[in-house]
Amino acid sequence: MSEYLYVGKSIPRTIETDKVTGRAIYIDDLKRPGMLYGKILYSKYAHAKIKNIDKSKAEKLPGVRAILTGYDIPDVRVGFIKDQTVLKKDVVRQFRDEVAAVAAISPEIAEEALGLIKVEYEVLPTVFDPVEAMKEGAPLVHEVDARGRPLKSNILPLPWKFYAGDIETGRKASAYTVKDSVSTTWVNQCCMGPSGCVAEFDMNNNLTLYDQTNVIHLGKQRIMEYFAQIGLKGKKVRVVNAIVGGSFGTKLDTDIYEFICMQLALKTRKPVKILFSREEEFFALPPRQPAIFDIEQGCDKEGRLTFRKCEALLDNGAYTSWGATTPSVMMMPMSSLYRVPNVSFEATCVYTNNIYCQAMRGYGNPQANFAVETSMDTLAEEAGIDPAEFRLINRNQSGDETPQRLKITSCGLEECINSVKEKLDWDKKKKDKKKARGVGMASLIHVAGGARVYMSDGHGIMIKVDQNGCVDVFESGTDQGQGSPTVISQIVAEALGFKPEDISLTMGDTGLSLWDAGTHASRHTFMAGNAAIRCCEKVKKQILDMAVQYMPKLIKGGFKRKKRKDPDFVQPDLDYSLISNPEDMDIRDRMVFPKSDPDHPYFKMDVREIVRSGLHVGVGDSRVVVAEEFYDPPTEMLDREMKGNLSMTYAFGTTGVEVEVDEETGEVTILKLIAAHDVGKAINPTLLLGQVYGAVYTGVGYGLTEEIKVVNGRVMNPNFRDYKMLTAKDVIPITPVVVEPGDEAGPFGAKGIGEPGLVPTAPAIANAIYDAIGVRITDLPITPEKILTALNDKQ
Amino acid sequence: MKKVSVSFTLNGDPVTAEVPVTWSLLKTLREYFELNGAKKGCGVGECGACTVIVDGDAVSSCLYPIPEIEGRSVTTIEGIASAEGELHPLQKAFIENNGVQCGYCTSGMLMSAKSLLDQNPDPTEDEIRTSIAGNFCRCTGYIQIVEAIGMAAETIK
Repeated sequence: MSEYLYVGKSIPRTIETDKVTGRAIYIDDLKRPGMLYGKILYSKYAHAKIKNIDKSKAEKLPGVRAILTGYDIPDVRVGFIKDQTVLKKDVVRQFRDEVAAVAAISPEIAEEALGLIKVEYEVLPTVFDPVEAMKEGAPLVHEVDARGRPLKSNILPLPWKFYAGDIETGRKASAYTVKDSVSTTWVNQCCMGPSGCVAEFDMNNNLTLYDQTNVIHLGKQRIMEYFAQIGLKGKKVRVVNAIVGGSFGTKLDTDIYEFICMQLALKTRKPVKILFSREEEFFALPPRQPAIFDIEQGCDKEGRLTFRKCEALLDNGAYTSWGATTPSVMMMPMSSLYRVPNVSFEATCVYTNNIYCQAMRGYGNPQANFAVETSMDTLAEEAGIDPAEFRLINRNQSGDETPQRLKITSCGLEECINSVKEKLDWDKKKKDKKKARGVGMASLIHVAGGARVYMSDGHGIMIKVDQNGCVDVFESGTDQGQGSPTVISQIVAEALGFKPEDISLTMGDTGLSLWDAGTHASRHTFMAGNAAIRCCEKVKKQILDMAVQYMPKLIKGGFKRKKRKDPDFVQPDLDYSLISNPEDMDIRDRMVFPKSDPDHPYFKMDVREIVRSGLHVGVGDSRVVVAEEFYDPPTEMLDREMKGNLSMTYAFGTTGVEVEVDEETGEVTILKLIAAHDVGKAINPTLLLGQVYGAVYTGVGYGLTEEIKVVNGRVMNPNFRDYKMLTAKDVIPITPVVVEPGDEAGPFGAKGIGEPGLVPTAPAIANAIYDAIGVRITDLPITPEKILTALNDKQ
Repeated sequence: MKKVSVSFTLNGDPVTAEVPVTWSLLKTLREYFELNGAKKGCGVGECGACTVIVDGDAVSSCLYPIPEIEGRSVTTIEGIASAEGELHPLQKAFIENNGVQCGYCTSGMLMSAKSLLDQNPDPTEDEIRTSIAGNFCRCTGYIQIVEAIGMAAETIK
């Protein structure tokens, strides 16, 4: 019975056939009766006073239904630390500041109306460099905080600090120490589907928001809070997702355009859609948070890490979204990637007049990993130890508790590092070094069993089975393309004893689900899977209770019918005690049977017959099969010292890269890339590889090509021509290695794998480039220009 | 706004559309014919999400001026399964091999691939990659898409 029927199998994502036939409805495709189109007017300056807004001409344009400015709607602050309003009045602090919004009968008219709105500005002094912004006398981006108290500095009141052990003790124990400075820049999430939503109020001012969020319940909460402040207290909110064209972090916050859309819908009494252009995707959505790190590490003579000290500076931009919280995730690799006893990490976020940032796949981990893994390489060199060996010496192991109090229940890191070594032929490549060729590696740790960043990290699920054997699963998460409808169906089929094709999944609807903290932090398969398994136990018990009650009757009824047709039929003498106790029975592949005799010729019965019998019993005693489960794992919030076991399990992995660098052009070719990941257990190996491949590609872009060029606060490359995302012609020969130690806490042993593939990719490439040409590029992306400059400087 | 009347073949059917002269083929497909498969990922011919086949060639429909479509034959993602609903081998292969994640690029990706296989039934990996070089995808890293196109080519052979 240990053999799984569906878990571990590459079941195709047939559920999503609509996506290959053009039938899937994205926000772009969604139309509501009488729907209007909203457009946003952005600031012309990075920092300016708004002297006057004249919308009279725009209002007269036929087809325009509403024009709103910050002077027309309640002055309510929104966002993570409530440092901005929905539409800006008095002052703009960045180019993407939303100054006015139009609703019109067509997107073209709305666009034309934007051009007719006249805004007079008075330019204010700007600051774009976070180092400059910290200095005394720098122009203040905000004069007051959320409560109206005057601010004296651009430094945010978010002092991210983590300390464990004692750095000086570590320093004294060190035989070797190194210091490095590295930096990472803005990159765009590049969802292929542009952002957008449709807001629709009914006549009682209850809202339905057709959306793309990956936090439907938190999103709803934010909207309810906003409503309470704009006179809509107690009004009902339902958030319903369309098919989502990628997320990668962009849908974690409730963005300003969503609030604007609600305001336009409220004003016009019509459904309103806002849909971003690609240009807006690049300049009006918060990208990945950039960071500057100064990192210092030491090790003893044997190569054991003695301490790690790091200071990070984050350009917060003009307002605060989730980008400012990336240090909370940076602390994880800083404190817990490899065994290091003494750790100090401090991060400072500083307001500037640049674009502000939010989440992107990996959160702060890719940034911090670049710092740690750069330092690991320089320290290995300083100590004269092979970089792979150095990492093996310091590897995390099962049973460890890290300085952040993360409990490492299962850890395949050793196997990951060794797989990379073997598949890259590491030792030989290091020994017989070829000119301009090199190998490098980097590892990662990431949450893989939820992430308790909110008081509830739970996931609620409801499952019903109807008389036709259809299993309806109402789960509380969202799918942004990762394949959860297939994966969760596999888990439910396995746990409940049905077939995957029996399962229908409803996701992304607050009206049809309990609560979920969001499809983020690589947590969905783990959380929804665990909730599903527990819920299936309840459902199964209901079905087996019914089986005990109805199976004997159904079997005996069958005998009677047989006897009527065939008078010679002799009813067999059966031991009905085999099916008298639900605990002695099971369901598998849609059949109910006694555990002691799974292939019993009479006691194996189609589960649908039993459910039907339970429902159609005559007056008063009929039953339906339905259960709900709320799974909130026994993890800890980080305490005041930023310590605590916030996840049930952690993912580990190692990326190894072999590169060739053209020293004439600075071009880097990736000859081989090994992505070895401890995934716990692959529920669906093909879908899992899709997560790894996609993440690695984004990681290669992060390492080599991608950069939002922000000059004096303005995004200079808001298009795919100038922003270099990889194409199909950029062949990255990836060899995936799937390590499956299984984790007790995971659904069928699985860990989360949405983000890990991205995390160590860029540092592995950087380390390989250093091995190839002896120059270390410490600011991402590693462009040919930077390589040539570094090579010139070296000579 | 001045309108233009264009007659062309759309997924095998003779059709006529009367739309503003400034409309693109993409806008006409989406708004006049309510064929939502082709997507506006950028609107300037860079991302490939709007790819359809015109007279055998994969084109960015967002850049295609509607007057130019007169007399031509257009195939969209909605027109590649059989009339009975049997999926095209490419569609099956994308499902089978996880060539789809968020699905936003998928329609365009499939049309580029179909144009390739119609003209070159036995493509090399490099030819497959070239055929979809103008179709961006953020989810997959292209690998399972390239494999899926190869699988479909095998099936069609």
